[in-house]
Amino acid sequence: MIAVENLRKTYRVKKRPAGLVAAAAALVRPRYDTVEALRGVSFHVSQGEIVGYIGPNGAGKSTTIKVMSGILVPDSGSCVIKGRVPWKERKAHVAGIGVVFGQRCQLWWDVPVIDSLDLLRDIYRVDEAAYRRNLDELVSALDIGGVLGQTARSLSLGQRMRCEIAASLVHAPDILFLDEPTIGLDAVSKLAVRGFIARANRARGLTVMLTTHDMHDIEALASRVILIGKGEILHDGSFGSLVAGRGDGGVESAVADLYGEMGIA
Amino acid sequence: MRAARLYLRCAGVAVQGQLSRRYNLVLLAFGQLSIAISALVGVTLLFSRFGSLAGYSFSEVLLCFGVTQTAFSLAEVVARGFDSFSQVLAQGEFDRMLVRPRGSMFQVLASRMELARLGRVSVGLACLASALAALVPGWAADAIAVGQAGLLVLRLATLAFMTAGGMAIFSGIFILGASLAFITTDSLEIVNVLSDGGRETAQYPLTIYERAMRRFFTFVVPFGCVNYLPLEFVLGRPGSAPWSACFPLVGFAFLAASTAVWNASARRYVSTGS
Amino acid sequence: MGELPAYAGLFRMRLVRGLSYRAAAIASSVTQFFWGFMLISVLRAFARSGGSPLDDGQIASYIWLQQAFLVLGAIWFRDGELVRLICSGDAAYELCRPVDLYRFWFARLAGGRLAATALRCLPILAVASFLPEPWRLCLPGSPAVLACFALAMALATVMVVAVSMFSYALTMVTLNTQAGFLFVAPVFELCAGLLVPLPLMPEGVRRVLEVLPFRYAADLPFRIWMGSIGLAELPGLLAAEIAWLAVIVAGGRLALGAALRRAEAVGG
Repeated sequence: MIAVENLRKTYRVKKRPAGLVAAAAALVRPRYDTVEALRGVSFHVSQGEIVGYIGPNGAGKSTTIKVMSGILVPDSGSCVIKGRVPWKERKAHVAGIGVVFGQRCQLWWDVPVIDSLDLLRDIYRVDEAAYRRNLDELVSALDIGGVLGQTARSLSLGQRMRCEIAASLVHAPDILFLDEPTIGLDAVSKLAVRGFIARANRARGLTVMLTTHDMHDIEALASRVILIGKGEILHDGSFGSLVAGRGDGGVESAVADLYGEMGIA
Repeated sequence: MRAARLYLRCAGVAVQGQLSRRYNLVLLAFGQLSIAISALVGVTLLFSRFGSLAGYSFSEVLLCFGVTQTAFSLAEVVARGFDSFSQVLAQGEFDRMLVRPRGSMFQVLASRMELARLGRVSVGLACLASALAALVPGWAADAIAVGQAGLLVLRLATLAFMTAGGMAIFSGIFILGASLAFITTDSLEIVNVLSDGGRETAQYPLTIYERAMRRFFTFVVPFGCVNYLPLEFVLGRPGSAPWSACFPLVGFAFLAASTAVWNASARRYVSTGS
Repeated sequence: MGELPAYAGLFRMRLVRGLSYRAAAIASSVTQFFWGFMLISVLRAFARSGGSPLDDGQIASYIWLQQAFLVLGAIWFRDGELVRLICSGDAAYELCRPVDLYRFWFARLAGGRLAATALRCLPILAVASFLPEPWRLCLPGSPAVLACFALAMALATVMVVAVSMFSYALTMVTLNTQAGFLFVAPVFELCAGLLVPLPLMPEGVRRVLEVLPFRYAADLPFRIWMGSIGLAELPGLLAAEIAWLAVIVAGGRLALGAALRRAEAVGG
């Protein structure tokens, strides 16, 4: 369903030096760094899988998600999702995927959530009957019936994230990319989000690719994890095999050890 | 037509949000009003000191001022998404648009609709109205003198066409600015030369400027075609022909060219991710 | 005076930060050249109708100075980060620091303005003084004039920052990123001579504006440079300016204090 082969992507960033003299020098001659975000990333994901995509900050997770969402074209390599190359047939591609950026808000800030969802129905050209059916399901599964009439501004982070997820699924995509969906959530909301993802995966056969820093998300959801560090894939397999034999200080410290050992922290 | 309906829906949602915070809306509308009024006050002060400007009376300049202000502020109401595109980009909103199955240009256009900018539209319209109140009796006399009531109608229609053409140019400038926002966030101020600078320049008849500037604002950014050239006809200056009422078409050509630049830049953005 | 290093450090940090915006500075110089040529053309076209107290060269000089020192004098040139800080409620962190908020922000705002001005004014002054007549910026008549100009400019900075403090206080009350500036900025710019040079305004209006404090932010230093205000008049004018400054700073402190109390009461 998703086939990613040897993706490479390099960015150029401007250096901002510290100190008065250096700042003055940079005025005359700005310097640049090149950052290799992806250095030959390959993996395959089959229909109905939940894949946890982990790695320290700046490892290349978001870049990969952006490439798979059609927002970014890689320097080289290929990516084929449901037979399409995301950045070549953007509109057709994105009509079949859902994306949640955990740190961003896609709901219209000042209007009731239901109005945002209705508008998304029009944007995605979903027909009314299918939309109703799907929405009812999402509302009950995510338990957001009580907040549909409130504005996104007034929601708590946990309520808003559940609405965000609903918004990403109004067009009933069969692939969902979640970029840090549990960031900043309280325990109850985290459990609700995880529970929903697991059920949607089982019931709808939704294929999920999930980036997160919360290893409990991974433990609870992902049978398979892909670990990326400095733009390269370092592990692709079960989470258990990744942290096996790393003491019993909990998964967090096991993963922290792992990052340290691999020199990617 | 379905796209037009969706645009109205999106704009409606944006407006709905603003209406829900009425206090903010009123405040911003008055703020916009005060900016436009301060420009008007500047012109008025200069006229009250000097009496006339290069052979144009206060009402004539006010007409020019009104056309430009109305065109600019209407363009801001409609194409504000492009005008504030660097924010749209910085907040990751553009990435969000790219994961939706609609044209990116359409979504940027539909992403913002600022009611408060209407405060400024009202100043432009008020200027037009007061200038017309002073000028129309003279035009009517002209029309009666040559025995063609159509002349008066043509003049008024030209004025509306000038405003539409000006709106097209300002929208085109915002779109060019948004295209530049893909490349740099630091030097966007340069776009102000064209947008704010264009607005300030075009609120006076172009004849008062040096030749280089007149040419720039006729052949590069064609304000002269929506403002000065047809204005001569509207004001009934000797030697101006009725066909100069067609000049504002050039404004729409400018908009089309800007759109092409945007499309190319948006494609480039997706390939570099910068 | 023990806390002075803190303010100096903040001032220096904003200065360094401001200097890193090279592209912004270049873009803005280009913009200002454009504005300059346009404004000079418009004012000359008006002046040709007769009765102008400024000749073509003086109009050019006034406008170039206006453009060179625009970000020093214009209220709309604001510290966007501080505005965001206030509106998001993060300004609460600033309250946790053991410093006087008015002075703390004053240092920050003055540093930001000076950095932006330093980058913008030099290219404009340099190029404008080599333009052909009658577009050229005239040079100050004597070193003494230049020194007085510098003094007036320093006081102008204090004036602008002190007035802009009302805008930040207003921002704190409205919690709107623009509201504090939308009203204050156009009125200030008009009264300071940043929109139309004061000498080109109708006689009655000019007299009123010369009494108000705003002209010290732009009009006065420009006319000192051009020599149209003689050095003999200066002591009286500067005394008046300092008296105004005392009033505005005191008022600003009150306004900021009231805004803070209100913010705390609302729980923002």
